[in-house]
Amino acid sequence: MTAPALSLKNLCKSFGPARIINDVSLDIAKGERHAIIGPNGAGKSTLFNLISGLYTPTSGTVSLNGTLISGVPPFEINRMGLSRSFQVSNIFANMTVRENVRCGVLHSLGQGYSFWKSVTASKEVQEKTYAVLEHCSLLDKANTPAALLPYADQRALEIAITIAGGADVILLDEPTAGMSHSETDRAVELIRKSTEGKTLVIVEHDMGVIFDLADRISVLVYGEIIASAPPSEIRGDPKVREAYLGDEALPEETA
Amino acid sequence: MSDATQSYDNLAPSTAAKFRQRTLPILIFVAVILAIPMTDPSRTVLTLIHQMAINIVFALAYNMLLGKGGMLSFGHAVYFGLGGYFCLHVMNWIEEGSGIWAGYPTFFLPVLGFVAGGICAAVIGSFSCRRSGTTFAMISLGVAELVFSGAFMFDSLFGGEQGINGDRMNGPEVFGLSMGPMSDIYWFMAFWTVLAIVGMYAFTRTPLGRLSEATRDNPQRVEFIGYNPTRVRWLVFTASGAFAGLAGGMSAVNYEIFTPEALSLIPSGFVLIMAYVGGITYFAGPIMGAIVLTYMSSMLSDFTEAWLLYLGLMFVAIVMYAPRGIAGIVFGFWDGVRGADSGAFVKKWLAQLAGCVLMLLGLIVLIEVSVRWSNGWGEVFEPYGMHFPTNSVLTWIAILVPLAAGAAILRYVSREKEEMPA
Repeated sequence: MTAPALSLKNLCKSFGPARIINDVSLDIAKGERHAIIGPNGAGKSTLFNLISGLYTPTSGTVSLNGTLISGVPPFEINRMGLSRSFQVSNIFANMTVRENVRCGVLHSLGQGYSFWKSVTASKEVQEKTYAVLEHCSLLDKANTPAALLPYADQRALEIAITIAGGADVILLDEPTAGMSHSETDRAVELIRKSTEGKTLVIVEHDMGVIFDLADRISVLVYGEIIASAPPSEIRGDPKVREAYLGDEALPEETA
Repeated sequence: MSDATQSYDNLAPSTAAKFRQRTLPILIFVAVILAIPMTDPSRTVLTLIHQMAINIVFALAYNMLLGKGGMLSFGHAVYFGLGGYFCLHVMNWIEEGSGIWAGYPTFFLPVLGFVAGGICAAVIGSFSCRRSGTTFAMISLGVAELVFSGAFMFDSLFGGEQGINGDRMNGPEVFGLSMGPMSDIYWFMAFWTVLAIVGMYAFTRTPLGRLSEATRDNPQRVEFIGYNPTRVRWLVFTASGAFAGLAGGMSAVNYEIFTPEALSLIPSGFVLIMAYVGGITYFAGPIMGAIVLTYMSSMLSDFTEAWLLYLGLMFVAIVMYAPRGIAGIVFGFWDGVRGADSGAFVKKWLAQLAGCVLMLLGLIVLIEVSVRWSNGWGEVFEPYGMHFPTNSVLTWIAILVPLAAGAAILRYVSREKEEMPA
């Protein structure tokens, strides 16, 4: 039996007295597309930050392909094959699109911290950068400064940097937030294409995207997973409906 | 994949563009260096040029941190000074003929400054680079104070207040340079300046150089592409310290003396001003800043005793109104002239220039009159046969009218800009 791509065991995170993540246990199999949904403030982004190493868990563990990664710094987790995107575009604003992607490619191709050779010297790096740009349909904007990109393209660049290192576990934090319908469709297509054969964990508010993309959905409410099942079951789950409808119907009372 | 490579080449800048942006400026710089001796420069001019060369390398090294790495250091003279001190010690070992040093040519002393500066920066950076932003700046200030006061305690290393002297004319000759006359030192300076500029430019093109910019822009994202931002900062800090040490080595050979003052906050602040005034967002910025400020600090003091005040005013003006520095003004002008609406641009630019010059004239009269008044020797400011006593109404007209007129022009021009569609 192979270890799950990602395994959370009794994961808890508190900030002072506030317990944001409470006893979360979850196994995500290799190659699975797993969505995490839940009302605002449920702790979805905190969960991502715990998995990717930005936060250290208060208790509990996170394992990547059977290796314990809780407490390991983010750059080492990334080198072990886990890559994430951010809810707010987190790109290198002063660089061109091409340079952004190239930065994402460097470490995976063994460029390390080298200062004795030109960044353009490695053919492998150039080819990989080109391939990622082409894959994400960013070729025609390759020499545009990232800060000047339209919003949807910035989101595509965010995904491009995330997948550039060739990680096989990809975490995407609300990749389609703030996009129009047609932009969302293109983004979903890109995500599907980019995570072929990889493990995907995605946080998303757009239910259309979730039910279209995910093999399994976990519902996070007040830091706890109240359901984890295939989309068809989640749709009919009364607990989920209650959590969501309660939240949507009474926005003033959420404290 | 050869197909991808070819298409990739289309993305990268063309060979012609590379030549224009990278090779040509260096060729022009080398041509200027070769042309200067033909003008038969005086000793004063050569002294000035040598100081400029040292400052160019030092300011560029500093900008590896500030401009490219986003690390504000208030104590970079520490690495300049320690590199220079080490070179002076070696210079004395060469003279004494002690051990392996007897055969070391003085010409290559900056290499040792580079190594010494780099090692010192690596050691100090190993803890100071764990923090970024304000904390890093404060640590750099603390380290600078520490090293400066430490220098007065360890007399055998730093020579106390008199510092350490040396004689550069010992050791084997290389390239037929005895290192005695100024003209020999000129070629020494030219060699190391060009090498350091090329080296530091090349550094910006390496994976580490690129990561340094990435870390400046977004350290969090750097962590999630597999790099440790602390490690990136430390490596950049070490490289920057090494080049500062190289500048220190150039200075050691040029002046044949180092005093603890070289480690103090004054040169640390001056290099910050040089880099910033020149323009930290451009590679060439610190070069321009070093040239202009070295010139100002050595020549302006011949004209006015208030030269430090002018330097300070210029720094404040650049920070407030031209944050991209001299390089920003130069390249901005170049782009504007070549732009679509160059006529309107030049007109506006000339109006701004006129406004600045008018304000400057008013300021100069104000400063010069005040300085003489403050000295209390009854001296009167008399430029070009004019007469500006403190108690004359004409003096105040000469101050206030140009100031007001300049301010009005600048204000009018900037208002015009706002009305133009973006």
